[in-house]
Amino acid sequence: MHQALQGIVTILLGVGGCLAYFYLSNQFLDRVLFPAKGPNAGRNINRANMIRPWLFLFPALFVLGLYLAYPVVETLRLSLTERGGEFVGLQNYQQMLDEPKFWEALRNNFLWLLIVPAASTAFGLLAAQLTDRIPWGNIAKSLIFMPMAISFVGAAVIWKLVYDVRPLGQEQIGILNAILLALGKDEPVTFLTLPFWNNFFLMIVLIWIQTGFAMVILSAALRGIPEETVEAAIVDGANPFQIFFKIKVPQIMGTIVVVWTTITIVVLKIFDIVYAMTNGQWETQVLANYMYDKLFRANDWGVGSAAAMVIMLLVTPILVWNVYNARKEMR
Amino acid sequence: MDSIAGTKSSLTWALHISVALLVIAWIVPTLGLFVSSFRTADQISSSGWWAALFPTEQTIQLRTASPDNQTRAEGLYIIEGNLFEVGSMPSGRISAWGTSARDVSAHAPGDTVDMGDDGRLTLEADGTYRLENDEEFAGRRGERVFVTVAILPEFTLDNYYQVLGPNNREGMAKAFFNTLTVTIPATIIPILVAAFAAYALAWMDFPGRALLIAAIVGLLVVPLQLALIPLLRLHNEIGIGKGYIGTWLAHTGFGMPLAIYLLRNYMVGLPREIIENAKVDGATDFQIFMKIVLPLSFPALASFAIFQFLWTWNDLLVALVFLIDATGETTVMTRQIVELLGTRGGNWEILATAAFVSIAVPLIVFFAMQRYLVRGLLAGSVK
Repeated sequence: MHQALQGIVTILLGVGGCLAYFYLSNQFLDRVLFPAKGPNAGRNINRANMIRPWLFLFPALFVLGLYLAYPVVETLRLSLTERGGEFVGLQNYQQMLDEPKFWEALRNNFLWLLIVPAASTAFGLLAAQLTDRIPWGNIAKSLIFMPMAISFVGAAVIWKLVYDVRPLGQEQIGILNAILLALGKDEPVTFLTLPFWNNFFLMIVLIWIQTGFAMVILSAALRGIPEETVEAAIVDGANPFQIFFKIKVPQIMGTIVVVWTTITIVVLKIFDIVYAMTNGQWETQVLANYMYDKLFRANDWGVGSAAAMVIMLLVTPILVWNVYNARKEMR
Repeated sequence: MDSIAGTKSSLTWALHISVALLVIAWIVPTLGLFVSSFRTADQISSSGWWAALFPTEQTIQLRTASPDNQTRAEGLYIIEGNLFEVGSMPSGRISAWGTSARDVSAHAPGDTVDMGDDGRLTLEADGTYRLENDEEFAGRRGERVFVTVAILPEFTLDNYYQVLGPNNREGMAKAFFNTLTVTIPATIIPILVAAFAAYALAWMDFPGRALLIAAIVGLLVVPLQLALIPLLRLHNEIGIGKGYIGTWLAHTGFGMPLAIYLLRNYMVGLPREIIENAKVDGATDFQIFMKIVLPLSFPALASFAIFQFLWTWNDLLVALVFLIDATGETTVMTRQIVELLGTRGGNWEILATAAFVSIAVPLIVFFAMQRYLVRGLLAGSVK
């Protein structure tokens, strides 16, 4: 039980430390540095108020800078150096581009990018629309949303059982093969080692997880559509499909793009599912797993960093677009 | 749509059926794992988990008690008992039985069969039997009986005991506590740090504020993969190496952009008058934050807390890189399960149970706090 105790002590220390920092630093500012009394009271209050935001922001900026901003620069530098530290230019990139595994990872990442956001958004939209008007819609939503809480590793185990395969003649314990055989297929399919198609079977796991996310957000967007537009369409004699595709979907296009983008970011970083289910074997390599391989198996920090920079490069358009939107909103 | 006459009933049926199919497709995989975690290794490998939910017909061979147990009454030699007590066989209702391998379902429950020298056997549906003979029973073993039974679904907690009990060979119990040790501080500390920062960005005026907000929005999408090498090197240099402290810091850093973003969006929406009135009354920003803003922001804090909790609990990559060292003392559950997938890929009873233990806590949190989770998602993605 000493581990639980250790945890509790750390929580108290960590949280107490945080609170102490904020409290004491503010006290120091107001009492010692710029006391709000004496001859310079007015000026002191102004000065204290100029400094205070930075006291509030300091810990956050510190971890943001150290754990997100600095690594971007440092990884770029590492990708241009050899292990010893000498500058080697683009040699690591060259070495990476010469490896077939890298191209396989890149190709697979593009497949993931093409399919997973599209499928998750489509299923999410479908689920949002279908559950909108039925009495047990909320229960249905909870159940479709549930995989969001499951870890990628947990999901990998769950789907490995679904994809499980036994030799012909034995009882199949994977439900997918059992169904296929019951439908008259001759022999069981080895889903995870089937070249090329196995990528799709891995993608299904992520689609299964992300659909709930898309559904929740799109269903809120559907609720936000003004009733009048739908009513006007009904009066004009539109059928339900026309109402959905011509009236509702165009109105929530902005939200669809946001959902699509968010899932795209998740896909770019996808690691756990591939690592746990195939570990990149049988032509299922993806960039993040390729990078992990380079870093911790081949111990090649230069090429690993280069792979990380490729992921960064793929995210950059989204980053720019996000910042652009945020600035537009703030104006 | 409801107002279109005539289209309602047929469409409504199609609607209900499609939603039902969708829901089934989404819960069946998890259900499979859940059911499997309660089955024995034999059951898992001999039939699909879906079969475990329904009674199955099986023909099994059992024996009556041995002649040592015979009693005498009214001039007869009698052996009585229940067939299912002899072997450690699964029990069930007998639908047919026989005494010869050639016809294993010759008789119905309640029948009495004359077996010649071996006596007369009466067998009831629940397995109780009475074997009587005019002469003394001889030999060492009881009579062979073939019974066709409907075996009821049978579930066991043994797997959970194996995975979490005192002798857990897989180290799951330890991994469970390690995961908690990572998760709880890595959930609480970022909330506090982000809340102060969000307050500053929402309600305090200082040069460069807009720029900072834009930078945080940009950092939202920076892949954490970039952080792995530089920070592992840094952790090693400053001497914290692989361990909890580095992991907490890493989770704090990686969760920070979303935390600040969510909390700032929420705090900006708080009524201006309350904060201004407090300022006029002479409250400092620290007091306003602690006494007014923090309590009012509870929904946003809760939703971020759930995200961060799920994310740290379910994390694999950060733990692999920043936490798990060569001793394996600090391994977390996700890592332990990946390990099991490699070494015991075929042992579904262990694998399913271990996986279910690791997803149970997030699922409980999910179902208990779903409202806040949804609220947080909506605050973060849609304006």
